[in-house]
Amino acid sequence: MSKIEVTGLSVFYGRGTVQALKEVSIKIEAKKVTALIGPSGCGKSTFLRSLNRMNDLVGAKTEGEVLVDGEDIYNGGTDVIQLRKRVGMVFQQPNPFPMSIYENVAYGPRVHARGWGNGKLKRRLDRVVEESLRRAALWPEVKDRLGESALKFSGGQQQRLCIARALAVNPEIILFDEPCSALDPVSTARVEELLRELKRDYTIVIVTHNMQQAARVSDFTAFFLLGELIEFGETTRIFEKPSDKRTEEYITGRFG
Amino acid sequence: MCVRVREEVVKLGLCAAALVSVAVLLVLVGYIFFNGAGAINPAFLLESPYRFEHGGIFPQVVGTFCLVAVCLLFAVPLGLATAIYLAEYAADNLVTRSVRFFVECLAGIPSVVIGLFGLVFLVYFLGFGVSLLSGGLALGFMILPWTVRASEEAIKTVPYSYREASLALGVSKWQTIRGVVLRNAAPGIITGVLLGMGKAVGETAVVLLTAGSGLESFLPRSLSDPVGSLPVYIFMLATQGHTSAASSRAFGASLVLIAMFLLSSLFALLLRNRFVRRKRRKIW
Repeated sequence: MSKIEVTGLSVFYGRGTVQALKEVSIKIEAKKVTALIGPSGCGKSTFLRSLNRMNDLVGAKTEGEVLVDGEDIYNGGTDVIQLRKRVGMVFQQPNPFPMSIYENVAYGPRVHARGWGNGKLKRRLDRVVEESLRRAALWPEVKDRLGESALKFSGGQQQRLCIARALAVNPEIILFDEPCSALDPVSTARVEELLRELKRDYTIVIVTHNMQQAARVSDFTAFFLLGELIEFGETTRIFEKPSDKRTEEYITGRFG
Repeated sequence: MCVRVREEVVKLGLCAAALVSVAVLLVLVGYIFFNGAGAINPAFLLESPYRFEHGGIFPQVVGTFCLVAVCLLFAVPLGLATAIYLAEYAADNLVTRSVRFFVECLAGIPSVVIGLFGLVFLVYFLGFGVSLLSGGLALGFMILPWTVRASEEAIKTVPYSYREASLALGVSKWQTIRGVVLRNAAPGIITGVLLGMGKAVGETAVVLLTAGSGLESFLPRSLSDPVGSLPVYIFMLATQGHTSAASSRAFGASLVLIAMFLLSSLFALLLRNRFVRRKRRKIW
């Protein structure tokens, strides 16, 4: 079953002068990992950011249709706040807030907690924080240091904290924008392991410039080039028998 | 001349300049201290002035506090709101750039001109009279641009990635500004407010024209009462007193004014450090 259905998506920057995406159509499966690969500037990040409308922030103009659970998120009636709660995001650079571990994870739920009783709030937040940190495989390392500043932790820990922070608002889809590009190999391996865990409960879309990573973690792969979706299919098929010559050239490292 | 000698000469010259700067400051403060310390006693601090150079400066101390309080109550919320609008909401267009330009210009207006404007507009036209309200608002006009500028700079130094992270969690723009942006901009904003407050505490021309004669022997009971203030008191005694008692009282009042400024700076610094270090559990 597809969770996200994109039809004829075009995105323009700079008052419509630069076209970053050209008529992209794709169906993203629920509870699978879909990897977006391609050289820099190919539009993969733009595509990712159009799924939670983060492109709106930089004044991008969007044409086409993006359905999340059958609902067109660009039709004007969509509540962007609700959309972003359902579609979480983890960024390239770990960007924890300069607050404690606890506050980082509790930040989202606290904002969305209108209507929880005050006495209940604390207990519920404690539970959400613990559960999110457990799911992000960070709990054992930080459970005794919840009050310490997030900035004191390593890059890999910070990135898993950002994943916990995204999980805390209970999303259905999580978008990863090159989440490992600022991490060392050991941290990268831990995040990849986590991705395999998370896909049991969440639909995951990940942008990566690392083809081995795409091959390791994803079920489906989409190859972008110059704003166009060149090829999309099951990861094993894309890597073993690409049907487009450009895909084959990219995968075999002929350009990149 | 060989390089090493030249380096030494430059170093010595720069060092001498630094020493002169420090000496100027020390002489200034020392001079005020030696001339003013003798005037300070409990009666001077706790009594009201009478017959020009007699009595104390209590109403002037209270008046200065009140003026600065009214000034900050007016300028800080307005300045902060303006800064948030300029930094977070306004598109970068001609209107925004004009607003920013006018704010810069406002910062360059001499204080006596602001005092004159306060006198004509607040005191006469709006009928506020020579009063705490007129004086506080006029001081507020004076520090408003500094508050706006410092707050806007502080807001702009908050990394975009914090905003992005917050917005991506489904947090609205205003909640993001409150929860992430202002929290991280707070130290810079407080520094800006502190600088503005320092200007307001010592400002003479503005309050001379709008707040009172400086020798008031009573405490203000409402916003429409005239208030005395230390700078105006010092001005009066310095320009119209001819006895040594008058000048020693002027120096005594100067010492108190400096002490008030230092104390308020210290308080603002402590507040700022609290913001920097604090691990607040509740944000909203």
